[in-house]
Amino acid sequence: MRRTGLFSRTTLVLGLVFLYVPIVSMIVYSFNNSRLVTVWDAAHSPTLKWYGVLFSDGEVLDAALLSLRVAICAATAATILGTLAGTALARFGPFRGRSLLVGMTTAPIVMPEVISGLSLLLLFVALEQAIGWPRGMGALTITLAHISFCMAYVTVVIQSRLAGFDESLEEAAQDLGARPAKVFWRITLPLILPAVLAGWLLAFTLSWDDLVISQFVAGPGSSTLPMVIFSKVRLGVSPDVNALATLMVSVVASGVVVATLWMRHRQRRRERDAQLAAAANL
Amino acid sequence: MQQMEKRAGRRLVAGIPALWLAVFFLIPFLIVLKISFSEAQLAIPPYAPLLNWVHGLPVPRIHWSSYAYLFTNPLYLRSYLYSIMVAAVSTLFCLFIGYPMAYAIARAGEAWRSFLLMLIVLPFWTSFLLRVYAWIGLLQNDGLINYVLLHVGLIHHPVTLLQTDFSLYVGIVYSYLPFMILPLYANLEKHDPALLEAAADLGARPFTIFLRVTLPQSLPGIAAGSLLVFIPVVGEYVIPTLLGRTDQIMIGRMLSDEFFDNRDWPVASGVAILILLLLVVPIVLLQRVERRELEGETVEVATVEAET
Repeated sequence: MRRTGLFSRTTLVLGLVFLYVPIVSMIVYSFNNSRLVTVWDAAHSPTLKWYGVLFSDGEVLDAALLSLRVAICAATAATILGTLAGTALARFGPFRGRSLLVGMTTAPIVMPEVISGLSLLLLFVALEQAIGWPRGMGALTITLAHISFCMAYVTVVIQSRLAGFDESLEEAAQDLGARPAKVFWRITLPLILPAVLAGWLLAFTLSWDDLVISQFVAGPGSSTLPMVIFSKVRLGVSPDVNALATLMVSVVASGVVVATLWMRHRQRRRERDAQLAAAANL
Repeated sequence: MQQMEKRAGRRLVAGIPALWLAVFFLIPFLIVLKISFSEAQLAIPPYAPLLNWVHGLPVPRIHWSSYAYLFTNPLYLRSYLYSIMVAAVSTLFCLFIGYPMAYAIARAGEAWRSFLLMLIVLPFWTSFLLRVYAWIGLLQNDGLINYVLLHVGLIHHPVTLLQTDFSLYVGIVYSYLPFMILPLYANLEKHDPALLEAAADLGARPFTIFLRVTLPQSLPGIAAGSLLVFIPVVGEYVIPTLLGRTDQIMIGRMLSDEFFDNRDWPVASGVAILILLLLVVPIVLLQRVERRELEGETVEVATVEAET
């Protein structure tokens, strides 16, 4: 028992180091004055030089704005569609076409991105030829493409959350005469709200990060942020990308910490309420 | 009356996402399949139509040229086999590193467990592209790893690490490790410690307990994690482009090059179909594993309910 414990714990620590060394190195070198990664220019560092370079780069700022717009739209639509699909899969029992829906919501998660990207582009081209819509490639086609793979993830999140609740509350409301739509809005949705939020954030992140699919369905003049980063780093290391990475990591890290604290707070309050209720019953 | 309303509502709730996925996921594959049987030509779009109209009647014209090209060109076969090998080897690495990590998290105390899980998931929320890019800075000739090795005295000249199989595997294992750890953890966490105690009481050594009790129970987790790594890695594009060899490219890159550089849509579609044929079996397996895990839980719940 002891020895397997020691081995697995050592691997865990080394594995975590492996996961975090690259991220930490980017953060450290984003404050380095030198262009070279290994040379720490002690005389002029730490410096915010690369952050200045980053914020005066019009191409990066435009791309970030486009990515933000696409990610907000795609995440919102994906959350609505994914919540519908997740509810259907978790609550409707067996229905015709269920296994098809299961297949269509799990396959996009593992599908190699080059294939999704190629197939969506060919769809858009065929649609434009047949019905004249969408007109050319750009923000619209990127958003449509992102909705499709993001909603698969949201579906999984919602489905597993709903699987954790029994249906008794919903059934009780229905027995008391509430219509299905009302049951959903008043009972189901409040129960799964944390999962809906988590699904939206996950979809937002996936859309914000996507490179390969966007590259296929983006037109000339509509470059997302990952596309701009990719064309920069293909030419080698560029320090302003370190600065960008540091900004993104700090936003994500603080978001995750805040979310964790909030969930813990909610949990504590719920436990206290339960205790108070139990005490009142006595 | 209410029953009918309920049925109509349900049809709508399941129908809208199903329709969306049919249009934006299913039909596109049929189009890829169709175009793979076409022939490249200088036009917009750059492929020949599959139906020719002769005297008002449609005459299908199926070209096998892109498949003939793919099967006779050894470059494609090599790249295909190379991708399968890279995906298989990376999956094994992820398994050997991820299993002990998942095991340690599952056995950690309550308070530690959620913190460790957060550490595993956190990189997943930050940009994949930027995390791969970070390895360029670490692995290049004047990068951090060579710098450390030179200073320690292990080497006297910088070693080429970037654009080798080594850097490719580092990048892939690094990016896909969480996909292995999470399903393994979900499985290991459910194991009943009473079984381990029973085995120990009966005199089994720790390693025997692991081999005979823990490992067999965790097979569904191993299968889910391995498939979640293997399937996307076969078609991986970003990591091999940034960190991989230049003399041997993977099949995902092949597809992208055919499409963007050679503008040969039928051949690119043919490559996509061949990748899909390779992945159909793993994808079906993955769905079966996941369904069994879900149904296994409901069966357990049902037996518990029946007992009480």
